[in-house]
Amino acid sequence: MNTTYLPSDYIPVFIQLGLALGFIVTTMIVTHNIGPKRNSQKKDDPFECGIPAQGDARTPISIKYFLVAILFVLFDVEVIFLYPWAVNFKGLGTEGFIEMILFMGLLLAGFYYILRKGVLKWE
Amino acid sequence: MASNIKLAEAPEGYEGSGFFATSLDKVIGLARANSLWPLPFATSCCGIEFMATMGSNYDIARFGAERPSFSPRQADVLLVAGTIAKKMAPVVKQVYLQMAEPRWVIAIGACASSGGIFDTYSVLQGIDRIIPVDVYVPGCPPRPEQILDGLMQVQELAKNESLRRRNSPAYQNLLESYNIQ
Repeated sequence: MNTTYLPSDYIPVFIQLGLALGFIVTTMIVTHNIGPKRNSQKKDDPFECGIPAQGDARTPISIKYFLVAILFVLFDVEVIFLYPWAVNFKGLGTEGFIEMILFMGLLLAGFYYILRKGVLKWE
Repeated sequence: MASNIKLAEAPEGYEGSGFFATSLDKVIGLARANSLWPLPFATSCCGIEFMATMGSNYDIARFGAERPSFSPRQADVLLVAGTIAKKMAPVVKQVYLQMAEPRWVIAIGACASSGGIFDTYSVLQGIDRIIPVDVYVPGCPPRPEQILDGLMQVQELAKNESLRRRNSPAYQNLLESYNIQ
């Protein structure tokens, strides 16, 4: 079996790539042109269950929501790690205990930081 | 091995060893008829019957309507089930306008078909006053079997529809009579 490849050996890959791209582009163009179609202003409106849309969907939302959501994800992941630790608590022994204390200590240090920053002070 | 999976019947065509030739109309009709995605627009008790139709006992999925589409963008059949008040009429029309062609409409029940017992100032006397309807299902409310029969009639319409119908002057005139361009 030869172990050295020339650039020309990769031609089949490019043929495959070209065929895949060509198929997608052709089918998209053809299906957009042969089917029956009826365009209107009302059809392009966003679908709000048939009721006229009000306002803009891209309104600014308070940063508090984002912070609370991301903090939830953080501690959610922490809890996920606690489960296998609880199941193998004896098997992992002292070493596992110290590792988990380190892990949770790191997260709690971060929690202390955000508390001092006042993230959870909503008023 | 015996199998009770039912396949759609092949349309008429010319068959030989290893090939089958038929007209494009029939192939597309077959595909459309067996993959009609319904958009339920249920406002009252006919909607409850339609829920039973979607459930496992009657199972509308057997007819290719596997995926109820709760957005008009990919829906093929609009199923209007229930009383449509005049205030609701623009909403029905908007939903119909936002569906992609080809689209079909089934009026389920007496109210959607003709206003039913609600012969009053506030109720639309049949949805065909605002959008073209393909199949009317009578009943107050109709049983799930009747709704399935209505869907099968739409399947027949889809199967036998000419590919040019949606571009024909007759169809344009029909839509224009409803003030739809």
